[in-house]
Amino acid sequence: MDKLLNDFSFGLFFWQILLFLLLLLLLKKFAWKPILNAVKEREEGILNALKSAEDARKEMQNLTADNERILKEARNDREELLKEARTMRTEMIDEAKGEAQLEADKLIAKAKEGIENEKQAAITDLKNQVADLSVGIAEKLVKDELSSKEKQVTLIEKILKDVKLN
Amino acid sequence: MHKKILYTFVFLLFCVNAYSQHNSEPTEEQHDVEQHEEKSLKDRIKENIQHHLKDSHDFVFLSDTEKGKHYGFSLPVILWDNGLKFFSSSKFHHGETLAEVNGSFYKLYHNKIYKVDAAGTINYDEHHHPTNAKPLDFSITKSVLSIIILAVLMLWLFISIARSYEKNNGVPKGIAGFLEPIILYIRDDIAIPNIGEKHYAKYMNYLLTVFFFVWFFNLIGLTPLGINVTGNIAITTALAIITFLITQFSGKKTYWKHIFWMPGVPWPMKIILAPIELLGVFIKPFALLIRLYANISAGHIVLMSLIGLMFVFHNWIGSSLTFMLAFAISLIEILVALLQAYIFTMLSALYFGFAVEEHDDH
Repeated sequence: MDKLLNDFSFGLFFWQILLFLLLLLLLKKFAWKPILNAVKEREEGILNALKSAEDARKEMQNLTADNERILKEARNDREELLKEARTMRTEMIDEAKGEAQLEADKLIAKAKEGIENEKQAAITDLKNQVADLSVGIAEKLVKDELSSKEKQVTLIEKILKDVKLN
Repeated sequence: MHKKILYTFVFLLFCVNAYSQHNSEPTEEQHDVEQHEEKSLKDRIKENIQHHLKDSHDFVFLSDTEKGKHYGFSLPVILWDNGLKFFSSSKFHHGETLAEVNGSFYKLYHNKIYKVDAAGTINYDEHHHPTNAKPLDFSITKSVLSIIILAVLMLWLFISIARSYEKNNGVPKGIAGFLEPIILYIRDDIAIPNIGEKHYAKYMNYLLTVFFFVWFFNLIGLTPLGINVTGNIAITTALAIITFLITQFSGKKTYWKHIFWMPGVPWPMKIILAPIELLGVFIKPFALLIRLYANISAGHIVLMSLIGLMFVFHNWIGSSLTFMLAFAISLIEILVALLQAYIFTMLSALYFGFAVEEHDDH
C-alpha cells in the first residue's frame, strides 16, 4: 500500500482525467455517435429488407396458392359442366327417344285406325256394290225368267215343286 | 564491447531507461571486476525494471550506459511551487544535476522532483524516504505525452471510421471492417446484457472509449517504445474514479435502496448489511484499479525479467531457453492486453447495470 501511494503521481492523475474526458467528449461527438447511428440504421435497414422480403415471399405464396385454387376450381367447374352436359345429353336423347316412340306409336295407331276405317269403308262399299250387282243380276235374271208366259209358269211350277218337296 | 551491444539490444527490445551509474571500474584485478560486474548486472536489470514501470520526465528510447549517453528527448516540466515553474527536463540531465529555476533548486530522485538546497542534499527518514518538500508536479511526462499522442491517433482513427460510414452508405470498409465487430461486441455482449436495452445507449460512449484506450495502451506497452501507461496506478485510478462517479450519478432508487436498506431481509440484517454494502461501493472501483494496474505491471516485470535473464545466463542454452520463454510470455501478454481491457469494460458495464436496475421489491 505504501509503495502504491508512493507510486501515485498526482500530476499524471490530473492529466489523465483531463485528457481522457476530452477524448471521451470528442469521440462521443465526432465518432461514436455517427458510428453507432450508422450501424443502427444499417441494422434496421437489414431488418426491414428481410421483413419485406418475407412479406413478398408470403405474397407470392398467396398468389400461387390463389392461382392454384382458381385453376383447380376452373378444372372442377369444367368437369362439372362436362358431366352436366353429358347427363343432359343422355336425358335429352332419352326424352327424344321416348317422345319419338310415343309419336311413332300414335302414328302407327292412327294409321292402323285409318287402315281399318278404309277397310271397313271398302268392305261396305264392296258389300254395297256386291248387293247392287246382285240386285242387278237378280233383276236381270228375274226379268229374263219372267219375260214370257211359259217361263213364268215353269218358275211357279218349280217353286211349287220345291214347296211340295218341303 | 559485446556487453554494450547486448545492452543496446535490451534497450531496443524494451527501451529501458538505464540510469545506473557508469561501470568504469578500475581494472586492476580481472577476477574482482568480473564479480563486481556480475552483481551490478543483476542490480541494473532490477533498476531498469523499476525505472521502466514508473513515469519519466524525459522520453529516452535507449541508453548507452558505458558512455552515459541517453538517446531520446526532453519534456517540459511544469511545477506549482509558489507560482508556476516551467522549464525543460534537460535541466536535470537525467537526474545527474540540479535544476535551478528563479533561485529555487530541484532534484530528480527516483523520477520524483524534490525541492532541495543549492548543494542538492536530500534528507531521509528512517524508512529511507526523502523528507524534502515535493512541489505539485504537472509536468508533461512520458505518459502524458503518450496519452496525448494516442488520444490524437484514436480521434483520427475513429473519426475517419465515422466518415467512412457516411461515405460508404453504412457499409464498413477497411479498418472499420476490423473494428466494427469489436464495437458491436461491446454493444451487444457487454453493454446490453449488463445494463439493459433501455439504458445502455448513454453508457456506450464511455465503454467504447475506455475499452479502446486501455486496449491500445496495453498493446503499446508491449512494443519496444518503453511506454507503460495502463500499468501506472495514477492512470488506473483515474479510470476507476470515472467509472465510480458515473455509477453513483446514475444510481436509481433501487440501487440506493439495496445499499442502505436491503429489501427482503429482516431489519437487524438490514442494519448489518448497510455498512457492508456501502463499503462494497468503494471496493468495486478499487478492485477495478488494482486489477488493471497489477496485471499490466506484473506482465511488464515478468517479461523484462526474462529478457534480463538472457543476459544473466550469458550462454547459448540458458539464453535461448529464456528467449523462448520470453517469446511465449509476450504472446500471452498480447492476450492479457485484450483480456484486461475487456474485463475493465465489462465490470464498468456491470456496475452501471446495478445502478440503473429498476425492479419491484422482492
